[in-house]
Amino acid sequence: MSGIVSYGAYIPSHKIETGEIASVWGADGSAWAKNLNVYSKSVPGPDEDVITIAVEATRLAMKRAKLGGTNIGAIYTGSESHPYAVKPTSTIVAEAIGATPNLTAADFEFACKAGTAAIQTCLGIVGNNQVENGIAIGVDTSQGAPGDALEYSASAGGGTVIIGNKNVIATINHTTSYTTDTPDFWRREGQKYPRHGGRFTGKPAFFKHVMMCGKMIMDMAGSKPEDYDYVVTHQPNGKFPIRAAKSLGFTEEQYKTGLLTPRIGNTYSGAVFLGLAAILDIAKPGDRILAVAYGSGAGSDGFDLTVTDEIAKMDRSETVEDMISRMEIINYATYAKYRGKLNMGDSK
Amino acid sequence: MSVPRFWRELDTRYNLIGSYCKITDTYHYPRRSFNPEAGRESIGSMEDYQFKGTGTVVTPTVVHQAQTGYEMFGPYCMAIIELDEGPRITSQIVDCRPDTVKSGMRVKSVFRKLGEDSESGILHYGTKFILFGNDIDDELDEDSIDDVEL
Repeated sequence: MSGIVSYGAYIPSHKIETGEIASVWGADGSAWAKNLNVYSKSVPGPDEDVITIAVEATRLAMKRAKLGGTNIGAIYTGSESHPYAVKPTSTIVAEAIGATPNLTAADFEFACKAGTAAIQTCLGIVGNNQVENGIAIGVDTSQGAPGDALEYSASAGGGTVIIGNKNVIATINHTTSYTTDTPDFWRREGQKYPRHGGRFTGKPAFFKHVMMCGKMIMDMAGSKPEDYDYVVTHQPNGKFPIRAAKSLGFTEEQYKTGLLTPRIGNTYSGAVFLGLAAILDIAKPGDRILAVAYGSGAGSDGFDLTVTDEIAKMDRSETVEDMISRMEIINYATYAKYRGKLNMGDSK
Repeated sequence: MSVPRFWRELDTRYNLIGSYCKITDTYHYPRRSFNPEAGRESIGSMEDYQFKGTGTVVTPTVVHQAQTGYEMFGPYCMAIIELDEGPRITSQIVDCRPDTVKSGMRVKSVFRKLGEDSESGILHYGTKFILFGNDIDDELDEDSIDDVEL
């Protein structure tokens, strides 16, 4: 059965605390942190973007699987912050892992779930034996406009999964999607910052899609919440995923490992990948995982996974927790400099 | 830098591809088709080699007057690094306070953005280095600030 052959993750090594952002705008930092359940968020350095994060996460995945570039037949990168409007991120990743030229590559966009759509695409072409292994990447370096609620959570990070049929560490038993036209969050062509519908992003958007997709995937698998060891959902803040998981019938023990947003913010397309990576970092053979992504616009992709004996053979050092623990706090001035929020006038 | 020139050197920059001389059993970076030490004999004896990406800082310096395109880093560390296979290269060391980098520290390569032609131009990616496996002395080096000439 097809599934995850390897996985990798990358989180930038800088972070800013919610209270520091709030102090710039005269807001109550502890109230914002508590309301969002986001206490700090990752910040990419001036030389980090979706491409560099994708390459680092993918190189880690390749190293873990001991795969060479010639073993890769497809690379799909899902993001809403690709550095180029026209020119693929995936070709640069392919070159950086030595996978060119005998492969297919493309970039995906579906808000925060573009990466999981890439997983489903890889499952299709691997299942049809079109390629030996396909790489799906979910990564973002999202921006929130200064002073906007999104500024407290929009962060950076990403993950990679390699999908194949051999040496699978986690089988993907079932996958399904739930998709509607729901304009809860968007960014028009050429605009620097996204816009959102405030509370409209909640009930009719995130919760409706995640809940429906979660129920559909469990119906498909004939499973119940108690059959799973771990659950991870998209996490635009630290509160939505907890409420969704509890409403679906999961407990804190099941969702706490994959819930990273309170410490690293919302990594958008990277969120489910990083949560899943944190789970795979510690998972044991036989563990069962439910993953439900969400992308505004809107849709959810659900996955039912079972960890195999192969995971015990994998070198799982360089964990997500290692990456989080090395993050160093920066102030708002440095954050503004790193994220291009300073008006440099004619000096640059 | 012209787009074709950068494109021709992609693998050298992305993946630290250099050369191995079978005659002298030595490694070279960037790629060479000829080893001056071995002379004519080395023609046809140079093989592509991908460096492991680990090395040691030979000598670091802190740049306070940032080069164009590097203003957002300032101050930042540049260093001569000796790769484990032997060649020395000059690179920026990132993700650390620049004054904490000392000779003898271990470094490993990371994939980073090197620059861009312009706001609408091509983006340049390649290799930089980060510290790893070192005991960092967080005490501020007083000389690093006093020596700045304004």
